[in-house]
Amino acid sequence: MIDRDELLHVARLARLALDEDELQTTAAELSSILDHVATIDELDLEGIEPTAHIGDVEDSLRADQVARSLPREVALAPAPAIRDDGFLVPSPQGE
Amino acid sequence: MADDIQALSAAAAAAAIADGGLARAELFEHYRARAAADELNAFTWVAEDEPTVINGPLGGVPLAVKDLFCTEGIPSQAGSKILERYCPPYTATAVANLAAAGAPLLGKTNQDEFAMGSSNENSAYGPVLNPWDRSRVPGGSSGGSAAAVAAGLAPWALGTDTGGSIRQPASLCGIVGLKPTYGAVSRYGMIAFASSLDSAGPLTRDVTDAALFYRNLVGRDSADATSVAFPGPIDLPTSERLDGITLAVPTALVDGEGIEAGVRESFEASLETARELGATIVGCEIPSAPYALSAYYVIAPAEASSNLARFDGVRYGLRTEASTLDAMYTQTRHDGFGAEVKRRILIGTYALSSGYYDAYYGRAQRVRTVVSRELAEIFTKADFIATPTSPTVAFRLGERTADPLAMYLSDLFTIPMSLAGTPAISIPSGLSEGLPVGLQICGPAFSENRILDAAHALERAIGFDGAAARSGGV
Amino acid sequence: MAKAELEPVIGLEIHVQLRTATKMFCGCALGFGEPPNTRTCPVCLGLPGALPVANAEAIHYGLLIGLALNSTLAPVSTFHRKNYFYPDLPKGYQISQFDLPLCSGGKLGEVNIHRVHLEEDAAKLNHVGVGGRIDQANSSIVDFNRGGTPLAEIVTEPELSSAEQAGQWLRLLRTTLRTLGVSDVNMEEGSLRCDANISLRPAGSDQLGVKTELKNMNSFRFIERGIRAEVERQRALIEAGEEVVQETLHFDPRSEAITSLRSKEEAHDYRYFPEPDLPPVVISESMLSRAAAELPELPAAREQRYIEQQSLSAESARMLAWRAELGDYFDAVCEADRSLDAQAAANWVAELQGRLGDQEAEDSKVSASALAQLAALVASSKINQGGARQVLDQLVNEGGEPAAIVADQGLEAVGGAEQLAPIVAAALEANPELTERLRSGEMKPIGVIVGEVMKQTRGRADGEQVTALIREQLGLS
Ligand SMILES: [Zn+2]
Repeated sequence: MIDRDELLHVARLARLALDEDELQTTAAELSSILDHVATIDELDLEGIEPTAHIGDVEDSLRADQVARSLPREVALAPAPAIRDDGFLVPSPQGE
Repeated sequence: MADDIQALSAAAAAAAIADGGLARAELFEHYRARAAADELNAFTWVAEDEPTVINGPLGGVPLAVKDLFCTEGIPSQAGSKILERYCPPYTATAVANLAAAGAPLLGKTNQDEFAMGSSNENSAYGPVLNPWDRSRVPGGSSGGSAAAVAAGLAPWALGTDTGGSIRQPASLCGIVGLKPTYGAVSRYGMIAFASSLDSAGPLTRDVTDAALFYRNLVGRDSADATSVAFPGPIDLPTSERLDGITLAVPTALVDGEGIEAGVRESFEASLETARELGATIVGCEIPSAPYALSAYYVIAPAEASSNLARFDGVRYGLRTEASTLDAMYTQTRHDGFGAEVKRRILIGTYALSSGYYDAYYGRAQRVRTVVSRELAEIFTKADFIATPTSPTVAFRLGERTADPLAMYLSDLFTIPMSLAGTPAISIPSGLSEGLPVGLQICGPAFSENRILDAAHALERAIGFDGAAARSGGV
Repeated sequence: MAKAELEPVIGLEIHVQLRTATKMFCGCALGFGEPPNTRTCPVCLGLPGALPVANAEAIHYGLLIGLALNSTLAPVSTFHRKNYFYPDLPKGYQISQFDLPLCSGGKLGEVNIHRVHLEEDAAKLNHVGVGGRIDQANSSIVDFNRGGTPLAEIVTEPELSSAEQAGQWLRLLRTTLRTLGVSDVNMEEGSLRCDANISLRPAGSDQLGVKTELKNMNSFRFIERGIRAEVERQRALIEAGEEVVQETLHFDPRSEAITSLRSKEEAHDYRYFPEPDLPPVVISESMLSRAAAELPELPAAREQRYIEQQSLSAESARMLAWRAELGDYFDAVCEADRSLDAQAAANWVAELQGRLGDQEAEDSKVSASALAQLAALVASSKINQGGARQVLDQLVNEGGEPAAIVADQGLEAVGGAEQLAPIVAAALEANPELTERLRSGEMKPIGVIVGEVMKQTRGRADGEQVTALIREQLGLS
């Protein structure tokens, strides 16, 4: 079960605003999904290592060689707001 | 002439171009016109002119590409409103590889938002219709790609599979879909859903097309640290028999509830065909399979919750202006993401959050280990595992949208292979009440050549005809 | 409650920007003051679909640091995602390390190391106001040039017990890193940044008190002053019977004020999980042997060498070894004149540094060969200590050749019995009363006679030699 406060906390972590009706339906949906997911508790997983990566990659590192950067106008082109050749955002200090 | 072109498989079209019987521009225009007249909402963008084509083994046969692949200067929206009209400054390696092998970009195909869905109803650009019955879903998340190929709007298409997103729509649309071994195809430029599960692969009319497509898709990419070189070349399949081949059928799983009678019937007929081709059928168990679904619905949302954090209204995509940074973030993400994406972001965030990590994410990763072991154990005794691809045929639009959990159960047969990172193909095994049923064949990592060979033999013997769907669509 | 003496317990977290050619996870060249957003690519802008690939050289630098700090190097090291939202963090997570850092444990000087891990730096946020409208919130502009720069985070055990010790140890660390060549270690430019965890406990107790974290101090002086101010703040709180609150603090070096960094304290939940885009890094035998082969002489070894091979005092050896630039300068002085006594050279280097303050000797007007020449002039009694100091003053201010300055200003020592004897005799003659007292065994007035001789020679005589001559001429033994 996930209650309203927990849902609000998680939504806050995820930076997701939820309307009042979203809050209600989501809490119920998440609860039923989490209940189903909780069936994993039935499995005995004692001593079993977690798998975070599939497959063995031997040489996954990159040589320290410079590649071309994007032209600035290309980097900034899709930005919703720009100023002084940078990405403009409301200040995190202004809160 | 148009009907002749329409009847050609991609490999046959490439051959016709190579021997001069078909002009490349004519082929491109044929499909361009069909894609532009698409009535299934399979495409989100269609090329206006044939791009510069590189001469290569794919012979100029045009390619439809799932929207979540970045294509330079061309909208790449991943089915999401948050990326509406977003044009990336670079092209995904998979698309670049295929272009370099001679497959020009025909169009971008519709999909469930960020590949989250099994019906293509979660697209911000509207649902895709199944060419076999327009009141039904094409499956998802590569629904646009599957519908486009099945309806003959594209010769072939590139899709992605995270928990079944190539195989399930291929099954529901009556075409071939191959989910590769994890890492065999570069993920660079694929807008990520769940990084440790995402795989790019072909959706094609037949197995030979899948092999031709796949041999030009694989390869180690220095831009994707998880990519690996495929050991040896991909061969075009030639097998007509299955002598000496053992197929393992997870009995408890395929005898379970929720599997439609028509699907079971078609599956059993396929097994009978396999026997006739010389295969041995044995039973096997994947005891962790039901838990695999649970593990998947923890791991995939957890990774997604992190992968989708970059959509914050700062550098690209939608932004809802607000006076504070936090309001800008939360409102942008509220407005830009659809319901299913929000649901998974919340589940994933919850599963990773302090106090719950071990119970959810930690346990799910252990289940993943168990699933991999169980599949590996089966492959010591059998060449392949065979299941229906989906427990049902294509369902009606709207039928499952109210119950996310029921929708998730569509992936029951495809998820274990996703967790284990092993390859699997879905080929049409027949029709049930006029709708296609898919057969899934899965092998150990890097067994694609053998899978394609076996699928080729079965395909010939089954003799599925998808022409009925190809006559509609426009 | 009896008031026990309170002792500070200080741990340091140091972020070091590595001096690789490219960023941690992409091929963009590192930024050094270029125009904003000219060093970016799909990876370091966090564009959809882009993937990180770890820089092998950054791993190599991490291994060098681990070897220099005597850490245990992980055979397999993994990256994790640290999830939080901030405009300077393009992906919504920082790729860092969590449970399998590259290096664990270790020791530098007297301080134990907890761990060293690799991560990526954040971008730069510049705060600006909005068109004069007071009711509108301020804005920030993000420049991603710095974003993705490789960082090594070095964490000490909480073992330091004073601001001075912390400052001194940090200098040793900086010298070590500079010697390794892995970083510019420039605090003002942010390539070396330091946070301090500070708590107080009753002396002798082995329990840790509530700690505060003092963030991002960007010079050695600020670090020492900041820690000192925070220790005093905590002491005052505890002595007033109040509680120290666990929080993140900012030290303003101008006002010396300490302020809480987050007004709206939000419990952090970084949701660390293994970075699925990066396979575990296996530290191969060849990576280890390459790092071992490239390991230069480190300050501790240099200190030992100065003591054992050049017979320097422990104090001189540490001063020169822990400040690599000064040690290099000292080596150059010795190299310029191999006949010099090393301790004498070290003393002159110390004398010079004392006059330079924050300036480095090698950046001063005094070349190593000039200082060597000065030391040689003293050693051969061509000038005395006082004269030499005058020459050094002039060298520091104007540069030049010591021999020329000596000649110019007539600073040659007046030495040798032939030159000095008549001057001593004249001084005795001019002070008959004092001379009498000296003859009778009262030694006090000898200073006056020496002073007289010094006056006559304008300070160029050697005091000891003058004393000896006085005794000789008066027949005292
Ligand atoms: Zn970059």
